[in-house]
Parts: sequence; structure tokens; C-alpha cells
Amino acid sequence: MSKLRVYGLILAGGLSTRMHRDKAALKYQGKTQLDRAFELASRHLTNVFVSVRADQTLDPMRAQRPMIVDSVAGDGPIVGIRSALIAHPQVAWLVLACDLPFLSDAVIENLLRERDSVGFATRFAAAYKSAHDGLPEPLCAIWEPAAAKPLADYQAGGGHCPRKFLIRHGARLLEPQDARALDNVNTPEEYSQALAALDNAIPMQLKIQYYALMREQAGRSEETLETAASTPAGLYEELVARYGFTLSRDQLKVAVNSEFSDWSRKLEEGDAVVFIPPVAGG
Amino acid sequence: MNFRFTISPIDTESARRELQTLSAGGYVSFEGWVRDLNEGQEVTRLEYEAFQELAVKEGDRIIGEAMRRFPVKHALCIHRVGSLGLSDMAVWVGVSSVHRGEAFDACRFIIDEVKHRVPIWKKEHYRSGDSGWVNCERCAAAPLHSRAAHSPVEDSLVEQSHAEHPHDRIALANPK
Repeated sequence: MSKLRVYGLILAGGLSTRMHRDKAALKYQGKTQLDRAFELASRHLTNVFVSVRADQTLDPMRAQRPMIVDSVAGDGPIVGIRSALIAHPQVAWLVLACDLPFLSDAVIENLLRERDSVGFATRFAAAYKSAHDGLPEPLCAIWEPAAAKPLADYQAGGGHCPRKFLIRHGARLLEPQDARALDNVNTPEEYSQALAALDNAIPMQLKIQYYALMREQAGRSEETLETAASTPAGLYEELVARYGFTLSRDQLKVAVNSEFSDWSRKLEEGDAVVFIPPVAGG
Repeated sequence: MNFRFTISPIDTESARRELQTLSAGGYVSFEGWVRDLNEGQEVTRLEYEAFQELAVKEGDRIIGEAMRRFPVKHALCIHRVGSLGLSDMAVWVGVSSVHRGEAFDACRFIIDEVKHRVPIWKKEHYRSGDSGWVNCERCAAAPLHSRAAHSPVEDSLVEQSHAEHPHDRIALANPK
């Protein structure tokens, strides 16, 4: 029996409740998480899909990619994994959560290589071991077709956690190359930290003032913030994650030190930044 | 500074006096008032706020542009901030010049530019109990900064340029 092919599955159907916005749309270095994860997988695999809930199929960000729509009931990533195993039952799935900003090509290469080296000894899945608790990370793993049935049974029995499934059924566990490789980003604070780490920038203090609708949405008229965002554009991205501002960047202007500014201006320590919502004087 | 803010009612009389000069033969002013209806909603009051540090710079730039474009003697714009009731004056623009034509033109230019460029925001409170930031919520779909000419904001104020309007207050003093 020859080795099964591997397809990629990017999980981007989560509700992002702690982030207060669609996590898949968070940007790092100018690119959405969804795009970053999709492109990462595509560098190693020919067939990559985005896992979506039925109500996300019209979302333009997701719809531009091949999608696998949830086809089984339930909540959480187990639904996406099962739906993929059902949609293409003859392939194994490299499953990646889109909210792992530190994943690298090396991590993916190693995962694929390890699966190859053990062949079918990987009965259900090959997964990285979390650097924090040593438990399998089911959302950076290769799920084998053989997992489809036991996973269905597990869910039918009331289970919903793919990690517990892997603990119970035994996955081949791999050591991640770097301790942070599998860190995921669930909150605005974690997002700020990840942005800082990825930009490898030194955080600086900025003074930010909010007016009108944005003052109400931020719940404050000003604050001093430590950020690694190097431009007003990056800062706005970070603040949208924190406060859920409803205005898109193209509706705003920005001022730095009380003068209109370009969105790509390099921010400096102590700069005073004001985002200017659509004006309505007179 | 030719562009100012005030939290108290605009004192148009003293503002008008600032524009007087012996060589001016005409004076045009515009007043923007809080109107009771905007886009079908009954408005009960408005709250204005501004990013004043930048607003006065941009307002002064607009007046400077107007003075370069039109040969007027003096121009002044005063904008109110805070909570305003119906018929309260939100903004006043005054221009004096040798002849009337350029005073009308400059006055119109200044109010149009102020509405589109100066960081001032208003929140409308409606009889329904609802409220909303003008141009930010109900009109959020269209980026305002790229929009040309008139915003719906203008509709919430009495338009002084329509001569038939009962509230018309374009004043032309000592016409020549």
C-alpha cells in the first residue's frame, strides 16, 4: 500500500470570542492570518482548503480559497477536521489553526517528514507536543483517514475536544523545534505581543487620543500605550483587535503630533496619535 | 487665529466687529443652525466635539486659502462645541471685502471646506431615544473622506444660501 497523499486544511471557522473580532482577519506584517497559514501550507502541499462554517461561505476573505464547509453537527475544530476527512476520505490532512503566527516552514517540513519516516505507525495522527504542557497540539497535526471513524464515535459519545481524542487514542508526538512555534493568539493582548515579537521591534510608548465614536468604542478619551506597531496603520490594526472599532481604516485619517500624517509614517517614542473618524462639522 | 472654538453661544456681534475695516464695502456671514430633522429622524439635540489642536490649524489653513483665492479683507470662523439645542448656532462664518462678490464666494468656500476637513464631530440625539455620530454610523458604508461636495451633515443645518428660506441670515451690509 502506497503512502497516502496529504492535503492541507486551514481552520478558520472559530468564533474568536476572546479576540472580539474574526481572528482569521488579524494581520501580521500586512497579511491576514488566514492568508499566512494558507500560503505556508501551500508551500508544502498542492491541495489546501479553508475550513469554514456554513454561514461563512460568502465571506470574501474565505471564499477566494477552496473551502471545506462543515458537514457534521457540533462545535469547535473537531467539526472542521471531521468534515475534511469526510469530504476527501482517501487523503491525510495537515490541519493548521490559522491563529499560530509563529509557525514556520521548518515546523511544517518536520511534521511531514516525521509522518513519512514512521509510515502507518502513525495510526491516527502525528502531532506536535505543546511546549507548555507536553500535550498533543491537534491543530498543528496530520490527521490520517483512519481517524475518521473513531473521531465520529468520540463525538457521538459526547466528546468535542480533538486534543483529548489524541490523548486517549495516542498520536505520534513530535518535539517542536522552538518553544514558541505553537503559541496561539486568542486575545488582543496576545496579539500585541505576537506583533511585537514578529516585528522584532522594541515596544515604545505612544499617547493615543480618541474622539467621537471611537472614544465611545474604546471607553476612554486617551491612553498611553506600549506597542510594537511601527506605523499608524499597524497601530490601528492592533487597536481594532483591542477595542473592536467598527470604522475601517479607509474611513479614517490619522494625525501624529497634532498634524495630519501618512499611515505609513514611522512612529517614534512619545508620539501622540489621533485617529480621525469621518468629520461632521458645521 | 481666524478659526476658533467656543463652548458658549457664538457672539456674532463682536465677531462681526472684528471684520470691520474702512476699506470694506460688504460683509457676508453664514450661520449653521441645529435643525429638528435629519434623514427622516426627529433630532432633539446635538453634541459637538473637536480635536481642537489640529482643528484650529486646519481651520486657519482653510481661511488662508480663502484669502488667497478671493480678494477679501478679513475672514473669521467660529465653531461651537458641547451640547446644542434646536435652533442653536453651531457655526458662524464672516467675511468682509471691498465688493460683495468675493465675500459671498469666500464665505461659501470656507463653510464648505470646514465641513469636510476640520476634525469636528457631532452626535445627534433623536426623539426616539436613539443617537448616532453623523457620518460614522448610519453612513459608515461609504468612506466620507473620499466623498465629494455635500455630506448629509449639511441637511441638519439651516442652509443660509437659499434666499427664500425664512431663516435666511446672509447679511450684506452697506452694499455698493
